[in-house]
Amino acid sequence: MTETVNSPDLIDGVYREGAPITDTKAPAGDISGKWTTRKFEAALVNPANRRKLSVIIVGTGLAGASAGATLGEAGYQVKSFCYQDSPRRAHSIAAQGGINAAKNYKGDGDSVHRLFYDTVKGGDYRSRETNVYRLAEVSADIIDQCVAQGVPFAREYGGLLDNRSFGGVQVSRTFYARGQTGQQLLIGAYQALERQIAAGTVEMYARHEMLELVVVDGKARGIIARDMVTGEIETHLADAVVLASGGYGNVFFLSTNAMGCNVTASWRAHRKGAYFGNPCYTQIHPTCIPQTGEHQSKLTLMSESLRNDGRIWVPKNSEDCDKNPREIAEEDRDYYLERIYPGFGNLVPRDIASRQAKNMCDEGRGVGPAVDGVRRGVYLDFGDAIERLGEEAVRSKYGNLFDMYAQITGENPYEVPMRIYPAVHYTMGGLWVDYDLQSSIPGLFVTGEANFSDHGANRLGASALMQGLADGYFVLPNTIRDYLAKGPFTKIAEDDPAVAEARESVEGRVARLMSINGTRTVDSYHKALGKIMWEKCGMERTEEGLREAIEEIRALRADFWTNVRVLGSAEGLNQSLEKAGRVADFLELGELMCIDALHRRESCGGHFRAESQTEDGEALRHDDEYAYVAAWEWGGDDGAPVLHKEDLVYDFIELKQRSYK
Amino acid sequence: MRISLKIWRQDGPTDEGRMVDYQLDDVSEDSSFLEMLDLLNEQLIAREEEPVAFDSDCREGICGMCGVVINGQAHGPERTTTCQLHMRSFDDGDEIIIEPWRADPFPVIKDLCVDRSSFDRIIQAGGFISANTGSAPDAHATPVPKEDADRAFMAAECIGCGACVAACPNAAGMLFMGAKVTHLGELPQGQPEREARVLAMTEQHDLEGFGGCTNLGECTRACPKGIPLNVISQLNADYRHAGYGGRG
Ligand SMILES: Cc1cc2nc3c(=O)[nH]c(=O)nc-3n(C[C@H](O)[C@H](O)[C@H](O)COP(=O)(O)OP(=O)(O)OC[C@H]3O[C@@H](n4cnc5c(N)ncnc54)[C@H](O)[C@@H]3O)c2cc1C
Ligand code: SF4
Ligand code: FES
Repeated sequence: MTETVNSPDLIDGVYREGAPITDTKAPAGDISGKWTTRKFEAALVNPANRRKLSVIIVGTGLAGASAGATLGEAGYQVKSFCYQDSPRRAHSIAAQGGINAAKNYKGDGDSVHRLFYDTVKGGDYRSRETNVYRLAEVSADIIDQCVAQGVPFAREYGGLLDNRSFGGVQVSRTFYARGQTGQQLLIGAYQALERQIAAGTVEMYARHEMLELVVVDGKARGIIARDMVTGEIETHLADAVVLASGGYGNVFFLSTNAMGCNVTASWRAHRKGAYFGNPCYTQIHPTCIPQTGEHQSKLTLMSESLRNDGRIWVPKNSEDCDKNPREIAEEDRDYYLERIYPGFGNLVPRDIASRQAKNMCDEGRGVGPAVDGVRRGVYLDFGDAIERLGEEAVRSKYGNLFDMYAQITGENPYEVPMRIYPAVHYTMGGLWVDYDLQSSIPGLFVTGEANFSDHGANRLGASALMQGLADGYFVLPNTIRDYLAKGPFTKIAEDDPAVAEARESVEGRVARLMSINGTRTVDSYHKALGKIMWEKCGMERTEEGLREAIEEIRALRADFWTNVRVLGSAEGLNQSLEKAGRVADFLELGELMCIDALHRRESCGGHFRAESQTEDGEALRHDDEYAYVAAWEWGGDDGAPVLHKEDLVYDFIELKQRSYK
Repeated sequence: MRISLKIWRQDGPTDEGRMVDYQLDDVSEDSSFLEMLDLLNEQLIAREEEPVAFDSDCREGICGMCGVVINGQAHGPERTTTCQLHMRSFDDGDEIIIEPWRADPFPVIKDLCVDRSSFDRIIQAGGFISANTGSAPDAHATPVPKEDADRAFMAAECIGCGACVAACPNAAGMLFMGAKVTHLGELPQGQPEREARVLAMTEQHDLEGFGGCTNLGECTRACPKGIPLNVISQLNADYRHAGYGGRG
């Protein structure tokens, strides 16, 4: 993208606009009937023919493992890939808080429509209505499926499932397994996957990293992967490919994501023609353990279920910031969320909670150790809850979170209030998909966090787990069937020019990374990129900052390709080489995120554009100009990205400006 | 803090391996054990020496990917995962010896990384409930007493890290297996396959070359998730029941 920098025909100097796009797969009719219609209209595949059809699934998180298990069970030939040593370790395992479902077990007025409404509103009207409705519709089946698999959700004494309210929602629709919901759901899906591996319908490739997509005659037909143990570059061909490779929050280096989370699978597909939707939409989570210093490799999230009982405050006076919090009198505390948003209090949506925390710290009222001269922390205080409910009750609800906090900080949260600060947590952007979860490359399907469709500009708590499992257990198996029914597909030879090209590009890239032999470590580039992204494309963005960020990332990327140092050999386990490939892709994605953020001159969801705010500092959306999905097409190594707009049409929900006051 | 390290270096599965000494000067007490290794690796790369390979992913104590033997103890001196061990657990000037998990069913891949796919194969043998997608009854159709659900949850917390095996002088995988058998066996959904499950898993366990349990309890002392020894009693009881009284 370097040569075109100031070409006059470019918009904002950085991108072009292409033809608008639409989703052509959602059937007509009332929203509540669309999914039934689509399932009915999707062609069937005779069980005897399924064996002859093959699918590659990259990823074994909730989205990938559930899809693998279900497609395997249906009788297709599945090859499943993950970069960890076992599919059970996918990043979904880290999710703490819970999973939503419209079961209305509490009889508090929940329904499919309300879950749908809350999700669209929570996403600040930037998600696709049809997809979200379907998500809410299948949500109840997810819980049934998981319980049948033996997922030990929390129960009441009567033996029935318990629910809680979560992340700014006023009904109790969240199912949970203490603070380890993701772990338990993933173990359930993993066990279902292992069952299919034993049955011979799924072949598992752990410690394998997908490094390229194979596209033949315009259709996704396979992947090129590196066996991370032997270093061998392998070709895997199939009739369709599913990416369930998770989110790209690690572009920020410091995030709550697992260390290996990356964008490579999605990015390689993007470079082969898959559009990237809303790349700048990052979710910042309000309740993470604050950073303590430069040595840090990641940030740890604490479930925001803590906001149900914990009260958030900072000292009213900055002179009190280094005092023992228990010695700060009640009247000297500013419970700022309860003050500014009395209706929602500590349960305001994540982006508001995050931004207000940052404001408090920027004002000089933050607490805890200073990093780069600023104290970045606010109190999350359970003092009142312990008084009201007793320490035991608090322990039984949040014990493992408190232990985790104590382990990491060396402080006892039963005695001293916890400190929290926002951190990058999730990415709502991802590869663009239609209602069938198919990308702009036929035969390439994208599920879970890797796609863009369901969360808009801000994701409600407990809805990513729901989406991953909805996609994998219920949606994809029906929609991919329609595609596979068009098979059998012509067999592709391993020496097909398209396959050879994909393979050679991977080999060339590995060889190039190994031969640069510069002076800087891969991590140092990643950290530098992360700082640019957090400062300039994070919680708050400005036109000027984004323009600077684009230039800085371009310079960093150029430096990377001449000066990175990757030691060791490509034949065998080489973690520096793995990281180098991922960082190289992050360096390209980072620029696209900034371009996307630059072009979207509105504040929306978790994306606060400083130039677009109301008089009292709240995010100001511009529905007249920006009620669309930004789907970016790769413009080539030397070209600029091309923006395709998909207008978001709300037929069943009225677009409203948000107000939490 | 100043720390002296002795780390097992092994180029590949067939390499003999050796202990190598390293010195680190500026380690923050607040950094985690793995962040300390990151720091070492940055310095090694600067000196053009190949960094130490070790596994980790979540770094939050939940994925089970990390795990090394530290001064002879699996996951080190505290009862937690390697990634959740912090340098404040050590003293300035300490010497720390770091080795990979040692057990035949966990062959070394490189340096501190081992292959634990034998655990996955034990799960494949029967560590699941056969529930096809889309056919499940309403979740409230089968109430589960809270005590059972809680005990199932406790056992389900196993992260599959392998510390129990590394800590066991016999390299038994019984705590890991007992945790799964207890998790599924406590639930009504797990009953139909209960006997077949325990027999198949045990058979696979032995095929993989894990040793037998002699009740030493090293496994539970090393387990970062506090899986109790009584899951092994449950495993044994289920096994006996399946072997003699059950369908066998
Ligand atoms: C700390 C934390 C807490 C969270 N808590 C909640 C919560 O309470 N509720 C909620 O709803 N959501 C929560 N989330 C979000 C949610 O966990 C994720 O969005 C979701 O689990 C993503 O699932 P996934 O299957 O799409 O991807 P992942 O689980 O990330 O799986 C990605 C898979 O892809 C594989 N992969 C990636 N790249 C490649 C490649 N190139 N080659 C081969 N394999 C590859 C990986 O090995 C892995 O198997 C939380 C997230 C975090 C970080
Ligand atoms: S039982 Fe404990 S030590 Fe063994 S694998 Fe499970 S969590 Fe690790
Ligand atoms: S890295 Fe996941 S448990 Fe340690």
